[in-house]
Amino acid sequence: METLILSVVLMSYFGATAIWLAYLLIQQERLYRYGVWVMGGGWMLHTLNLILAVMEQGYFPGASLGQALRLFSWTLVGTFLFLTWRHPIRVLGTLVAPLAALTLTGSLILPQPGPVAPLLQSLWLSFHIATALLGNATFTLAFMGGILYLVQEHQLKSKKFGFFYRRLPSLEALDALNYYCLTIGFPLLTAGIITGSIYAQYTLGSFWRWDPKETLTLIAWLIYAALLHERLAVGWRGRRAALMAIIGFLVLVVTFVGANLWLQGYHSFESFVRQP
Amino acid sequence: MNLVLLGINHRTAPLEIREKLAGGLQDLSAGYQALRHLAGLKEVLLYSTCNRVEVLFTTADPPKTVPRVQTFLINLADLPTEEQERIMYIHQEGEAVQHLFRVASGLDSMVMGEPQILGQVKEAYRLATQQQATGAILNRLLHKTFFVAKRVRSETGIGCQAVNVSYAAVELARKIFGTLTNKTALLVGAGEMAELAVEHLKRYGVSQIIVANRTLERALKLARRFRGDAISLAELECQLLRIDIMISSTGATEQILTRDQIKKAMRLRKQQPLFLIDIAVPRDLDPEINTLDNVYLYNIDDLQGIIEVNRRYRQQEAVRAERIIAAEALKFLQWRESLAVYPTIIALQKKADQICQHELKKTLSQLGPLTPAQIKSLQVLTQSITHKLLHDPILYMKRNHHPKDTSREINYIRRLFNLDQE
Repeated sequence: METLILSVVLMSYFGATAIWLAYLLIQQERLYRYGVWVMGGGWMLHTLNLILAVMEQGYFPGASLGQALRLFSWTLVGTFLFLTWRHPIRVLGTLVAPLAALTLTGSLILPQPGPVAPLLQSLWLSFHIATALLGNATFTLAFMGGILYLVQEHQLKSKKFGFFYRRLPSLEALDALNYYCLTIGFPLLTAGIITGSIYAQYTLGSFWRWDPKETLTLIAWLIYAALLHERLAVGWRGRRAALMAIIGFLVLVVTFVGANLWLQGYHSFESFVRQP
Repeated sequence: MNLVLLGINHRTAPLEIREKLAGGLQDLSAGYQALRHLAGLKEVLLYSTCNRVEVLFTTADPPKTVPRVQTFLINLADLPTEEQERIMYIHQEGEAVQHLFRVASGLDSMVMGEPQILGQVKEAYRLATQQQATGAILNRLLHKTFFVAKRVRSETGIGCQAVNVSYAAVELARKIFGTLTNKTALLVGAGEMAELAVEHLKRYGVSQIIVANRTLERALKLARRFRGDAISLAELECQLLRIDIMISSTGATEQILTRDQIKKAMRLRKQQPLFLIDIAVPRDLDPEINTLDNVYLYNIDDLQGIIEVNRRYRQQEAVRAERIIAAEALKFLQWRESLAVYPTIIALQKKADQICQHELKKTLSQLGPLTPAQIKSLQVLTQSITHKLLHDPILYMKRNHHPKDTSREINYIRRLFNLDQE
């Protein structure tokens, strides 16, 4: 049952990718709407899958890299759908859909973990995972917006207008996306850090242990804090804000994936599950 | 019945001839009156714009009718007869249909893809129907034309992207700011191109206009026109904090704003984007300004470059438009051919037959097992009912049809029985 649901979800994410790529090429309004329906339908099923998992286990399944990736693709699509409702930037779908599809594929390819360590079987920890991943998803959207901003800004500055000029939204809209994601993502990331350290205090006896993942997250948090402050205080916007969003995201990627593969620490996914 | 289009346009005739012709057709109803008296003309549509004068008509005998219409046009403009060969084009049938489609889609216009021509053709058609000059064929053709023009506009990029400087500035502004509502524009200096750009900006939502000029009197005059504020050139630097878009077009020989001035202003503006359009020659603004973040500086050559690219793009899209037009013209000609007595009779019989078969199948499945003889008699029953019912209409078409306007009658019959399902 679980595999069936997930493969339908995967198909719908890939389907939305194909539809939105076609939308990018031929710019037919209709296609964009179809994409939203396909994506939305897939996300509903994805949500159902998660609810079933939580009901079965009693906590969020996020202890292995595979599970975390699956959860990430869910939060990414969810935040994107929320965003299209509040702040539509259509071309963003063409980036979000393939990323969601690929992360979900990755989660299905990666080996299924054994039972989770008892330390992590807690609902409180689920808050930590949910807020941190929602923050990550929001910053992923900010990163994509940043890339699009740089492309569009380059065309306007160099006065050479290519394939993307007509297909990308205005600079103002992309910059507004950056701000919007920042104001949502920053509190989420902060909440993720706070809930995590409270849980660490309860279970491990210390709030902060300077583990590689914690350190890198702190660096990313500082980058976003600086960007938010400078935006509000001296009006950093446009190019600089886009660059900061990109750098912050790269740090997050290292935190999320790299820290598990290259760096060893108590926070890496391997240490979460009992090795079979 | 043949379809003929006769006319002159900006490519074949110089302005003075077009002027004379358009002058002669000032009163279109008089034109229709005169054309109606020409023998052999059935349906007529006349349209005249500043770039073309064309007559579209149907006739049973083109070799006799065409010279009459030619003479009518020549008399309007007092042209020497030998000129007509050179400046007048005659399109028949498929060519005429394609020509009309191309005209209405803006493919034949001086500025490729301009949208006004469609409105002009629509207006001309409205007048023609008022004069009751059109009939079944032209009515259908014109509705098809509006459909094709709409299709060309929505499926190809022939109408998008600016092809004049002032509009290109607006498009850029929209790519920078998204929406122009609540934005403020500053016009420095004066000039036709700059003023036109301000008008375009206003139409796209720019809410406030500020005008700066060397003489305050001129500034006040322009400000009244745009319902904005007038300032003097000395205030320019502090006004930079209020504005989003600046169009500069002064006759000054030295630069009116330097990079440092703009840089300072940007800091005070908290980096709110600034779009500067410098259409003055020599340039008013330091070209180095463009290196600043969130400032976009375009000079006249940049804008010309953009519209050159856009023109080429429209040219490419025109090829796709031609394809749509050729296909639609073919469809129209097919419909025309069906507008004869025999194809209509066949279509009518075919439809009746289909209904019989369909209903019979439904009934037979409800009745249960029947002997072949019973089935046979049911078939005969349905067929004889429909045949009797269609007998009179078919006889009418074959014998009694009004010789004066076959196409109109056939058209009614086809519509009555819904033979061209759309």
